[in-house]
Amino acid sequence: MATQGTQRITLAKGLNMGLRKAMEDDPKVLLMGEDVGKLGGVFRITDGLQKDFGEDRVIDSPLAESGIVGTAVGLALRGYRPVVEIQFDGFVYPAYDQIVCQVAKIQFRSQGKLKMPMVIRIPFGGGIGAVEHHSESPEAQFAHTPGLKVVACSNPVDGYWMIQQAIASDDPVIFLEPKRQYHADKADLDESATPEPLFTSRVVRAGTDATVLAYGPMVKSALAAAEAAATEGKSLEVIDLRTLSPLDMAPVYESVRRTGHAVVAHEAHVNLGMGAEIASRITEQCFYSLEAPVLRVGAFDTPYPPSRIEEDYLPDLDRILDAVDRSLEF
Amino acid sequence: MSTQSSGETPGFGPDLVEVFGPSQQDGGPELVQLLTPEGERVEHPDFSFDLGDDAILGFYRDMVLTRRIDTEATALQRHGELGIWAQLLGQEAAQIGAGRSLRPQDFVFPTYREHGVAWCKGVDPLDLLGLFRGVDQGSWDPADNNFGLYTIVIGAQTLHATGYAMGLQRDGVVGTGDPDRDAAVIAHFGDGASSQGDVNESFIFAASYNAPVVFFCQNNQWAISEPIERQTRIPLYQRALGFGFPGVRVDGNDVLATYAVTQAALQRARDGQGPTLVEAYTYRMGAHTTTDDPTRYRLSDDLERWKLKDPIARVKAYLRRNGVADDSFFADVQQEADDLGHRLREGCKALPDPQPLSMFDHVYSEMTEELVAQRDGFAAYLESFEGAH
Repeated sequence: MATQGTQRITLAKGLNMGLRKAMEDDPKVLLMGEDVGKLGGVFRITDGLQKDFGEDRVIDSPLAESGIVGTAVGLALRGYRPVVEIQFDGFVYPAYDQIVCQVAKIQFRSQGKLKMPMVIRIPFGGGIGAVEHHSESPEAQFAHTPGLKVVACSNPVDGYWMIQQAIASDDPVIFLEPKRQYHADKADLDESATPEPLFTSRVVRAGTDATVLAYGPMVKSALAAAEAAATEGKSLEVIDLRTLSPLDMAPVYESVRRTGHAVVAHEAHVNLGMGAEIASRITEQCFYSLEAPVLRVGAFDTPYPPSRIEEDYLPDLDRILDAVDRSLEF
Repeated sequence: MSTQSSGETPGFGPDLVEVFGPSQQDGGPELVQLLTPEGERVEHPDFSFDLGDDAILGFYRDMVLTRRIDTEATALQRHGELGIWAQLLGQEAAQIGAGRSLRPQDFVFPTYREHGVAWCKGVDPLDLLGLFRGVDQGSWDPADNNFGLYTIVIGAQTLHATGYAMGLQRDGVVGTGDPDRDAAVIAHFGDGASSQGDVNESFIFAASYNAPVVFFCQNNQWAISEPIERQTRIPLYQRALGFGFPGVRVDGNDVLATYAVTQAALQRARDGQGPTLVEAYTYRMGAHTTTDDPTRYRLSDDLERWKLKDPIARVKAYLRRNGVADDSFFADVQQEADDLGHRLREGCKALPDPQPLSMFDHVYSEMTEELVAQRDGFAAYLESFEGAH
């Protein structure tokens, strides 16, 4: 139940409210994307915003992702703060050149004379029974690119705050939204609260035996895994990484030095995924504290399979627990 | 395999005209020309050059100085002072005509070859050299002259131009009727870029939003080694029609016509009438860049034919024939070019290399902790060498 001054919201609502607040606070904030206007986006994240802010600020774009991001670059150069919606993760690739070659590099190219305050929202991850290209997790491809910042929200309250913080950032931000969570769980939002800084990770469940690192859709699975492990007498600490570039590793190191065990979970492929970088950093910084190698839990290194078997492909509570067990038994 | 169409297919309308045959060799009948290669003024029903001879004297000076920037930079590359240079030889009229048609409030999105447009916008040519010397990636501030940074990825800037133009619309500086306020954007690109998805997407966005942008395509006939026939089966300017806005082919070696057409297109944009495609029909007399060797893929006959259409020679002929300029004018311009060449030569050699640690700056608006650690670690590493500095 919501207490006074708070309201219970879904992630979709949190993002919608956050976008609305950002547009109210700064007239330079524009939204742009496919179907973001009257329809409110295919996930309804921009629901009602065109009606209230007009077609000049909530812009239905032609169906061309490079065009969306490329024109958003021009709008940003003119002093606007465009927030673009890529309809689905697998549709970002036509814009990849603009994102990697232009959005990420313009500030550097100009030696800081030009800023690129753009947010590229990408609904990501699977589990919704979709057809091909609608369930992917491309975060590592952006985290690998200097000049971009990459964040992933995992819950309604973070959605509300993080989207506003990303819009306020003078750097371009790839903003990943776990689409399967959009309309799932509700949480209490207190709009008068003070949010944590955007580029920080956070311990979302304290524990002592092993550290589980997750972001986006896997945070829920990691918390469920911790709950299940507790019934077996194992105490798991769960960290929501929230920011993937830059990584905020200090809380991770602090945790792993206490537990000696680390498991990284993500929906993306294991090979060269975020987990590889995180495992490497933990090994460098916590070498003498580790009781076991850092283990990774992720999707198999195959293309995303037909949706009838996606739950076999995606890591879940049991695969996280399996990795935790292997770590503890090492 | 023939690249020409052959035969008409019933039900599919008239066959494509032969667009690269003899009838098109000089740009075809649609080519807007106001000054012939022989230097004679001619009339056109839709476009006229409405400035006086003083402006033509200025254009001549601009073109000679621009050519000097180009030849000087080419020489600097040959002497090892530049890593590479993208030559504009032969495209001076297209660039000066377009550049001089801009008002201060108009914004330019260039490729990496717009040295003449940069000149018109007041960018110091020495600043252009840094990128090609490898000491920076574009050192001028776009806000100083409304001239964007050179963009190397082919066609990417046409989308930036379109977005910027959408920004002008939102800023209320389009179609107000105030000549000092209404603004437009010009997007430069080449015939090769016309095949890029980004260019075609920019046409769609600009048309859809009626954005105040002029797409200025210098069709110099070559994309490195690939001739225009590899990029298009119809004259490029005609593509605009398919996107829903006008296209014009202008003699890109005729500075008067290029000025007149571009000025009119920019005015349409400023007035809120939307985008225009201007195809400046010209020829890349030099190589693609200093690393290129055109003798491997094109005939010298072609070049010889285009030399007869030299953009500077025809203006000089006009000025001489009509007594607009005397020997002292041409001598003065020559002297100014020599002085500019000297300044570029000395200035280029004096451009300092950036400090290695500067590479960590401006990746982000504030350096991340990770980058601070990498920078500090690298600094310590450099310090560790005996006799460093």
